[in-house]
Amino acid sequence: MSEDIKTFTISVYTENNIGLLNRISAIFQRRHINIESLTTSQSEIDGVNRFVIVVNITETNAIKIVKQIEKQVETIRAYYHTDEETIFTESCMFKIKSELLFDEPQIQNIIKESDSNIVTVNKQFFVLEKSGRRHEIESLRRDLNVFGIMQFVRSGRIAVTKDEMKITEMLSAFNNQ
Amino acid sequence: MRKSQNIEDMKTQTINNKQDVANKTERITGSEAIVKSLIAEGVDILYGYPGGAIMPVYDELYKFQDQIHHVLTRHEQGAAHAAQGYARISGKVGVAMATSGPGATNLITGIADAQIDSTPLVCITGQVFSHLLGSDAFQETDIVGISTPVTKWNCQVTKAEDIPQAIAKAFYIAKSGRPGPVLVDITKDAQVSELDFKYEKCKGVRSYYPIPKTNQKSVDAAAELINNAKKPLIVWGQGVILGQAEEELKAVIEKSGTPAAWTILGASALPTSHPLNVGMVGMHGNYAPNKLTNECDVLIAIGMRFDDRVTGSLDTYAKQAKIIHFDIDPAEIDKNVKTDVAVLGNSKESLAMLFDALNENTHESWLQEFKDLYDIEFEKVINDDINPTKEGLTMGEVLKQINIESKGNAAIVSDVGQHQMIACRYADFNVTKSNITSGGLGTMGFALPAAIGAKMAAPEREVVAIIGDGGYQMNIQELGTIFQQKAAVKIVVLNNEFLGMVRQWQQLFFDKRYASTEMTNPNFVAIAEGYYIKARKVTKRDELEDAVKEMMASKESYFLEVCVEKEDNVFPMIPSGASVSDIRLS
Ligand SMILES: Cc1ncc(C[n+]2csc(CCOP(=O)(O)OP(=O)(O)O)c2C)c(N)n1
Repeated sequence: MSEDIKTFTISVYTENNIGLLNRISAIFQRRHINIESLTTSQSEIDGVNRFVIVVNITETNAIKIVKQIEKQVETIRAYYHTDEETIFTESCMFKIKSELLFDEPQIQNIIKESDSNIVTVNKQFFVLEKSGRRHEIESLRRDLNVFGIMQFVRSGRIAVTKDEMKITEMLSAFNNQ
Repeated sequence: MRKSQNIEDMKTQTINNKQDVANKTERITGSEAIVKSLIAEGVDILYGYPGGAIMPVYDELYKFQDQIHHVLTRHEQGAAHAAQGYARISGKVGVAMATSGPGATNLITGIADAQIDSTPLVCITGQVFSHLLGSDAFQETDIVGISTPVTKWNCQVTKAEDIPQAIAKAFYIAKSGRPGPVLVDITKDAQVSELDFKYEKCKGVRSYYPIPKTNQKSVDAAAELINNAKKPLIVWGQGVILGQAEEELKAVIEKSGTPAAWTILGASALPTSHPLNVGMVGMHGNYAPNKLTNECDVLIAIGMRFDDRVTGSLDTYAKQAKIIHFDIDPAEIDKNVKTDVAVLGNSKESLAMLFDALNENTHESWLQEFKDLYDIEFEKVINDDINPTKEGLTMGEVLKQINIESKGNAAIVSDVGQHQMIACRYADFNVTKSNITSGGLGTMGFALPAAIGAKMAAPEREVVAIIGDGGYQMNIQELGTIFQQKAAVKIVVLNNEFLGMVRQWQQLFFDKRYASTEMTNPNFVAIAEGYYIKARKVTKRDELEDAVKEMMASKESYFLEVCVEKEDNVFPMIPSGASVSDIRLS
């Protein structure tokens, strides 16, 4: 009875605590689960952090992992979602030689069609930024690679969920206790 | 040197003192605040070892020694295990203290043990000055990083004014919900600078929900399964003891007439002599409850976590049964065994709710199946263990003799190995919190220091440590603590001149290749006597009764070495990875 491995986005609301990243990543490491990406930032609530973690695992494991994360004292709440249940994006940057803009007119078309933005241009290089789905970023990278890329970097996934997260209610319930 | 008799006085002082500490604000140093915070939490005894980064705190402990008793162990691992023993017998938070670097890392084994066995501990470690953090300073170690995977919570304090809150939070987290160890690392500058001290106990942490609410619907669903069951089986664990739900468990067992078995850490929650107590489950547990796990129609797990040493192969574990799981920790539900009904919450409340929903019932013929299998186990295993006819002494007969003398009222602190399994199988328990052993981590070296902590927490109780000749030598230095504290611990070393449990596996699974398991042992009696502890060695059966009597009658600590058969094996046994129903009697 083997269960399908799927991509899950795990969202974790936490207190802003130095050691917590360690605690959370250890939960994955102990179980040999590779973290595809991990992003942490401020959430919609002041003083509350949000982790967005992407993993490829079975749903049974996703449930177990979420419970282990929630068990951590400084975790307020953790959820897991499939791709269909979230709206997600990644962003990336390309650093490319400026001369190519003029020598290779195709590049201008690629940029135009790719829905990306030029962040800065100087004599030596220009920087292109794009956000979108992985396959869009990958296709842009492939297209530009033909001409040579000086630097490329891609961020982890960030995601919001289609359903509601009742964190504010949970926290105010605590304050009113 | 303090005497343990004074502990009772100290307790009252501590309580009285707690009032004035809590109420007024005063300007004091961080180190004084640490000690006053401990006193305000009702700590009467702590275990530890001094060193550079924690010296200001020791200086305060010196000043407050009439209110809080610091026990100098001989190794920080001993301090951690002693704090565990203290916590396990009393249900209170155990406290251990150490300096930075090696002092702190020496605590780790005890912390890991407390984590897996859900023991409430607060560990306080000194740390280098905060401006030196990250500079590889003398005795700097990242103890917060190192202890993260084995603590329920930990933190580092670098400012004096954060100390009271950190300690209050530490105690709250250690003892609430599913208990566990916490570590507070305090830099030396935080210890020596001043703060306005006022102690307030922590009443809650907003991101932490220690006790999930018990759902009446799931209780009803559980009750319905139990009420309709023909062959129900309860397996309870330490969650019953931690939840102080012994009475509720007994009431549930009796009302529903359900045979009930225990995990190693659940032992003693229900008296051994109770007619529905059908023994221990697990690798070296009793024959009947292991076999019948695969025959029951409803398995009711209460405050246990389906450890692999309990379940054997999960693929063949209780597949025929409906599974009900009572636990305080949602992460335990469906972790190893898929449940049909999960009941979250504190065992005391959830079992009381269950009791109300249960029908009165009996299961005589089902219970008879347990008795029949017990008879087989008695004939094939138990009788030879406790009434041996061969020349060599057995571990089982030593336990039987201790039972006779203690009348089942002693707290048994066992180490890890064959003697541990024998102690848990054969010790009689009338009193709860009496089986103190390292369950989840299986830490050799646990028993001697844990027995010290247990005896100091409960001086009125008889505390008997049962230890193998191997594990004894892992923390043998704690004899010094026993001597200095006049802790009246009874120490029984069951000497088979082998790392017995490993040797047993070598015999059974590695064609008797006894790789590094034979021990050439020192003169244990002379060592105990070197610490001025009364000591005796028994090599023959006819000396045993008298020696155990003498030991149990002793008002002071006593060391008894019993030379037992060298190559005895512990049975029954579920070979690792096998099914509970494939339990072997030989
Ligand atoms: C710290 C530690 N190291 C190694 C082990 C592995 N181990 C489990 S039981 C055992 C043998 C214990 O021998 P002894 O203390 O003499 O007790 P016996 O089994 O003979 O009763 C060993 C080495 C362990 N559990 N803990």
